[in-house]
Amino acid sequence: MRSATVQTRMPMRLGPQPGEVIDRHRPFTFTWNGERYPAFAGDTIISALAASGERVFSRSFKYHRPRGLLTASFLDPGCVVQVNDEPNVRGSHRRVEPGMIVSAQNAWPSLRFDAKSVNRFLGRFLPPGFYYKTFIKPQRLWPAYEKVLQRFAAGGRTFPDSPHGYYDKRYAHPDIVVAGGGPAGMAAAVAAAEAGARVILVEEEYELGGHLRWGSEDELGALRELRDEVARTPGIEVLTNSVVNGRYDGNWVAILQRNLPHVEERLIKARAKVLVVAPGLIERPYVFRGNDLPGVILSTAARRLINLFAVKPGERAVVLTANADGDAAVADLERAGVEVARVEDARRGGDIIGARGRNGVRMVECGDGSRVECDLLVTATGWTAPTSLLNMAGDRPVYNPTAARFFPSRPSDDVLATGGISGDGSLDELLAHARATGQEAARRALKVGSALRAGVPRRVDVEEPPDMPPIEIPELPVVEHPELFQGRTDGIVDFSEDISSKDIVAAAKEGYDSVELMKRYTTATMGPTQGKLETVNAVAILARATGKTIEETGTTVWRPPYAPITLGALAGRNFEPVRYSPMQPWHERHGANPMVAGAWIRPEHYGDPESEARNVRENVGLIDVTPLGKLDLRGPDVPKLLNLLYVNQWNTLEVGKVRYGVMCAEDGVVLDDGVTGRLGPEHYLMTTTTSGAATVWEWIESWLQTEHPDWQVHVTPVTDAYASINIAGPKSRELLLRVAGDVDLSPEAFPYMNVRTGTVAGVEGCFMWRIGFTGELSYEVHVPAAYGLYVWEKLMDRGADLGVKPFGIQAQRILRLEKGHLIVGQDTDGLTGAYSAGLSWAIKLYKEDFIGKPELSWQSECDNSFQLVGLQPHDGSVVPPEASQIVEGENEIAGRITSSCMSPTLGRSICLGFVAPHLAEPGTSVTVLLPNGERTTARVMEYLAHFDPKGERQRG
Amino acid sequence: MILIPCPWCGPRNVSEFRYADEAKVRPDPNATTPERWRTYLYMRDNPAGWTTEKWFHRAGCRRYFTLERDTVSNAVRAAEASREV
Ligand SMILES: [Zn+2]
Repeated sequence: MRSATVQTRMPMRLGPQPGEVIDRHRPFTFTWNGERYPAFAGDTIISALAASGERVFSRSFKYHRPRGLLTASFLDPGCVVQVNDEPNVRGSHRRVEPGMIVSAQNAWPSLRFDAKSVNRFLGRFLPPGFYYKTFIKPQRLWPAYEKVLQRFAAGGRTFPDSPHGYYDKRYAHPDIVVAGGGPAGMAAAVAAAEAGARVILVEEEYELGGHLRWGSEDELGALRELRDEVARTPGIEVLTNSVVNGRYDGNWVAILQRNLPHVEERLIKARAKVLVVAPGLIERPYVFRGNDLPGVILSTAARRLINLFAVKPGERAVVLTANADGDAAVADLERAGVEVARVEDARRGGDIIGARGRNGVRMVECGDGSRVECDLLVTATGWTAPTSLLNMAGDRPVYNPTAARFFPSRPSDDVLATGGISGDGSLDELLAHARATGQEAARRALKVGSALRAGVPRRVDVEEPPDMPPIEIPELPVVEHPELFQGRTDGIVDFSEDISSKDIVAAAKEGYDSVELMKRYTTATMGPTQGKLETVNAVAILARATGKTIEETGTTVWRPPYAPITLGALAGRNFEPVRYSPMQPWHERHGANPMVAGAWIRPEHYGDPESEARNVRENVGLIDVTPLGKLDLRGPDVPKLLNLLYVNQWNTLEVGKVRYGVMCAEDGVVLDDGVTGRLGPEHYLMTTTTSGAATVWEWIESWLQTEHPDWQVHVTPVTDAYASINIAGPKSRELLLRVAGDVDLSPEAFPYMNVRTGTVAGVEGCFMWRIGFTGELSYEVHVPAAYGLYVWEKLMDRGADLGVKPFGIQAQRILRLEKGHLIVGQDTDGLTGAYSAGLSWAIKLYKEDFIGKPELSWQSECDNSFQLVGLQPHDGSVVPPEASQIVEGENEIAGRITSSCMSPTLGRSICLGFVAPHLAEPGTSVTVLLPNGERTTARVMEYLAHFDPKGERQRG
Repeated sequence: MILIPCPWCGPRNVSEFRYADEAKVRPDPNATTPERWRTYLYMRDNPAGWTTEKWFHRAGCRRYFTLERDTVSNAVRAAEASREV
């Protein structure tokens, strides 16, 4: 029933159609270029505008010619619009919503008056290769070129202040993914599910059905039946408004899902055992003069508009038809009340020479030279098989001149094709092919499933179903179709990139005569439609220009993604795991400045790092060193392992002792360092650097598993199992005494470089070791993690009168630099050999074997590399920033500063750095080039340690 | 994304694993020459075709194992030694 008010507002809207997808009970309005337009729920943006009689939706990319709708589908090249703050929306696909604000892109200052349409007259200045040729030289003008080109480039507006949308990811493990929810896809999915496979059926449009949706009564009946079958067959998950975007190794299938409420896009990573490709066929435009005028549309576009959206595509039409779909379009147009002024039947020599008009078709010149006035030109000149997903599985499509389209050529085990992409035939023939394909896909998928299960080691053998014989898939007939690509005149080939047939011929003449070269030179097929409309025409025109056949010319390779995907979908939700020590709540309560250290958040300082450092030298400080890597090593062969991993000697380490160790890689470069203690006869605790914890664990396992599987060693990472607290300063023993239970802390009973196990603040099973990264008397206490905060608070509480204060990473770095302790990764890099880092005292070349031994023994014989030394600027107020170069003569690099700070203890600047061997002698004066270009001088020191070089304080 | 057949866990996504170099024999550190040692350190066969590699099941059982992989097709199979077992 027609409503008079709606009819006046939507002059091109037809009465109800049997297959229409609009809901006439839900009318609303939206905004197009600042004006309000009516629509029904279910309309696309473009169908609603077309119902109101709008015909121009954008300006073309290069020449700014007016463009209307062409395909009325996702691909529609002239219907890319801005929606609210979202650019590049496919207006012929996106459903319009109440209140939507839609505007044209690439049409400044307005769609009707386009300032840039002067390009039309400048067309001869924009030949193919224009960008390459014009803007190569001089290079200094590139920024200016870019500004000019940006103004002419297509694309909508982005708004940096837009709120972030919600994007998501999902991992799926179906047996079968069916790409395409037309009749073949639906039939294949049903057959596969009936055979016991779990199926994901993916359809790019909002409903299942493909071309049946705009078909005859019979086809609509078949559609209802197929939809019912899909709905009632268990094991089929239907994803509409979703697209299979890529197929990768091992049938890893990327599905872009757009139909979830409150999720902008979701990327589904599906491991399909078999992929069934059933995308149907894409109708191909015809190339002739004026073929991009608004009002020149494809037969499928006419049928979609009439049957899905009840929109009359024009008033008076000329139809060029070469196939049954074109004939059906004629019938649809007549039923919709369009006057069909002329039918040019290409099967009987009919043709179109050109179309004319300013902002739309006014007149068409037919094959016999006669001219027909009209506002609509419908073409049905053939099909393109979207073989993308097959290409991604290794298929190279082959041209079949009988059908005038490309066909898949190489069958594969895990990717099957069905539907129009595989051949022609009646609906019954297509459905029979699809059902057989679905059954065969299920058979193969279940077999793959059995093989996968067989690959999983298990105690009990699982009974697998017996192999079934292959299902025979009937051959689809190939129906003869005239080869129609370009008529007698030149026209647009690539509607997105504004590439004409002339451009392709010109490129061929310039020598870009292979399809891949022509593509890159002209940019044909490289725009938003990505070749789905224009590839075959481009290939055919190139073939003619080069005197080859289409078979010889071949086609371009389709690569992922099939459809545009947002960066948001690729990124998904942002998961960034962060690790905290159990003492973090205390740090936060006490003003700690957080610092990211690898995966950990640690206190950088508590407000004043220099006074924190001073307090360690004068009283006692606590630092949270929980992130230190900790590995529990057990077994009789641990000494063998330690001897292999570290450059130093470990056979002699007694129970209760700890030792500093250095690890090198096989190239002799310092890899990690840390302290390892022997807790019991066959029980050791190893510490690693914070950043090296994960690497060292993998490193140890690699040596144990691949080189020495016979060694009896068990490695357990316990980094998070223990909270680690370093108690440092002259009053540390006094503090620990107040909370220690059963361990004798006297210097005689518990000397430097020893480890004890015992009770701390009532907590059993703590390890304490006496070491000295800060150079002070200090105890590192490893407490079962659950008690970490308790012990920390207890220490702070009991040490109040001793002046205990926390200190952060920054104070620790000052303290260790005063002591000249290197940090692997800061004072060394990926080229620093152990000798060069001043570690010769640790390297025991007499050991039978250790990692890096050959390189280190050669290094020991001829070491001419830079040496790590302590450095003090002559001007103690100058702190050369880390990475400042040490130079000689005319800025010849002779070293670099690796660490530097102002020492609160010494009241002057101190450094560690590498210097060339001839500068390493203590007392040498070196020149340091500061980043601001100034120079300063520094003295090479006798020791790496600037403070207490003999280490008396830590031994006390 | 290829599937890697872990001998302990079964087939899993390659993203769970870390490639751990071509499988090769470490020269005797006490009898090697700089040339032989540095060939071991830095040179790779990198054939177009089947090659034997070490993989580490980092996000799984944390075992190292050898695997044969065709670098052209990305087909994988258990290493010969494991296949015979
Ligand atoms: Zn595993």
